[in-house]
Amino acid sequence: MEHSPQRIVLAKIGLDGHDRGVKVVARGLRDAGFHVIYAGLWQPPEAVVQAVSDEDADWLGISILSGAHMTQVPRLLELLRESDLDDVGVIVGGIIPESDVHQLQQMGVAGVFGPGTPIREIIEFLGR
Amino acid sequence: MTADSSQPNQRWREEFQRSPRRDQPPTTVSGMEIEPLYGRGDVVDFADEETLGYPGQFPFVRGVHASMYRGRLWTMRQFSGFGTPSQSNRRFRFLLEKGQTGLSTAFDLPTLMGLDSDDPRSTGEVGRLGVATDTIDDFLELYAGIDLEQVSVSMTINAPAIVLMAFYLAAAEERGLDWKKLRGTIQNDILKEFHAQNEFVFPPVPSVRLVVDLIEFCTAQVPLWNTVSISGYHIREAGSTAVQELAFTLADGMHYVEQCVARGMNVDDFAPRLSFFFNAHNDLFEEVAKYRAARALWADAMRNRYGAKNEASWKLRVHAQTAGCSLQDKQPEVNLIRVAYQALAAVLGGCQSLHTNSMDETVALPSEHAVTLALRTQQVLAYETGVTNSVDPLGGSYFVEALTAQMQREAEVYFQRIEQAGGMIAAVEHGFFRREIAEAAVAYQKACDDKKKIIVGVNEFQQAEEKPLETLRIDEQVEQEQLASLARVKQGRNNGDVERTLDDLRRTADAQQNVFPTLLAAARARATMGEMVNALADVFGRYNTGAAW
Repeated sequence: MEHSPQRIVLAKIGLDGHDRGVKVVARGLRDAGFHVIYAGLWQPPEAVVQAVSDEDADWLGISILSGAHMTQVPRLLELLRESDLDDVGVIVGGIIPESDVHQLQQMGVAGVFGPGTPIREIIEFLGR
Repeated sequence: MTADSSQPNQRWREEFQRSPRRDQPPTTVSGMEIEPLYGRGDVVDFADEETLGYPGQFPFVRGVHASMYRGRLWTMRQFSGFGTPSQSNRRFRFLLEKGQTGLSTAFDLPTLMGLDSDDPRSTGEVGRLGVATDTIDDFLELYAGIDLEQVSVSMTINAPAIVLMAFYLAAAEERGLDWKKLRGTIQNDILKEFHAQNEFVFPPVPSVRLVVDLIEFCTAQVPLWNTVSISGYHIREAGSTAVQELAFTLADGMHYVEQCVARGMNVDDFAPRLSFFFNAHNDLFEEVAKYRAARALWADAMRNRYGAKNEASWKLRVHAQTAGCSLQDKQPEVNLIRVAYQALAAVLGGCQSLHTNSMDETVALPSEHAVTLALRTQQVLAYETGVTNSVDPLGGSYFVEALTAQMQREAEVYFQRIEQAGGMIAAVEHGFFRREIAEAAVAYQKACDDKKKIIVGVNEFQQAEEKPLETLRIDEQVEQEQLASLARVKQGRNNGDVERTLDDLRRTADAQQNVFPTLLAAARARATMGEMVNALADVFGRYNTGAAW
């Protein structure tokens, strides 16, 4: 049976403009056969959830390097639940201290990836 | 010795060809091919007097001062700031007590983006990556008890730089300080925000106009202030090569010079106060060559292209910071070693001031322990290694001279490509810089993923068990405290005055007059940064590059 490519929305939330990582990931996933939608900088959680819904995404990848992840990511998860999109897998990339990684996972984030993570590792994770 | 090796160079070549090769290609961290051996033949156009010259003399390849570190060490300037203005003030005093010789202020993201702390978009970001500031009162508190006529202050701010400079000067005035004695640097480099760092608010043309407004005002009123820190650092952090960092930064500088001249300023009046900010990455010789090439290219452009007569206008003075993007969250103590080598590169490259990153910066803002070690790294370099004794100690090395010349040539090619793209503003609007940098970032990640580049502790020499570092936690109360203090300022001010000064600001912005005097008036009236930025946006509009990748 033919599988259509997995669809992933990538977005930067919060105010930080560090988009090197998310753009490298976008390229890597596209090269690996994913359908990648990059929503861009400074996305409010509401707009991200809208993009996930509009694009019928399987995955949502959030990039945040501002340190505001413990404020922004829970809000985003809550909005996904309210929109009945909690079957969408959420991964987070950025500068996330170890103790926050566990908390984010408990809240329902599927995976957290730090700077310099090999793209292969992310692809394998999404393929599991 | 064997009989057939009549010529030593031939013999070397044969022996080299027979030798085994390691798996990793002999390229720089930027992917530049490096020859196994450099000799006289690699520096063909090289002449001691013209190409190299003497320190403190054109073309300044060997350094901008005659005595360099024999006369005075570089300024050890650690970038810091977090939480409320009073918390950052305590960290500043801590660093000055530890022997730091200049201050460098980090602002939080809302400030960098021109938003007040009470803006809904600021939620969760207030005081987190830098100090939160909203009004002139925050600037009074931030530098309280610090003698601003003695300590030089650097402020890393770009899109709303001119607003913060107005806060700083208005605060200095309220303290009774003489603007003519204030020393420091404001980054005020918006172009690299469009290329790389993404902290822009207004479209490119009015953004550059604000840069020029600040230069024009400070050249006349605050003569010791460095009005722009033309920055390659962030371009490199976004993934560029060393040559791209060099070329794009100098191209940005030339654009500012051209705009100031177009405003009617005399190049020798403002050029001596332009400064530069480069990255110090892992590849020691590539970095040294980059700093040397930058000085030669800038001196040539200032003297020969822009006709500057004053030698001070020709000198590229540079602040360096070790490469944040090279730091790893695996085995973070290893970052200390990376930072030490990077600092060595900056010093061998002849920097005027230096920030060394802390080992824990891939995880959080630096702890006091980590930031002390980072400063100690510079102190060991300065006082124990002996690298300060001789000026430009690598000058005349076949390898370093060949690399310096090669980087100059490759930068010139980029200058031509920017021209062909329609000049700086057109190239920004068409995403030329962003595309070039993104390609380099992808190529580097691929080299790491393929183990063409080895990163210790990451793709080789990994360690199963790791003990996390003790990191700094930002108090969650910071946001509430800052909101309360902003509310107090708003309550205590005369809103009629605020409205009037904001109207004046809109008028001067629209009339193409220098907005600085009206910003000062608004700052004195306790207008907030967000209010002033919004007033400017009413006239200029806002900008987004979209989501191109």
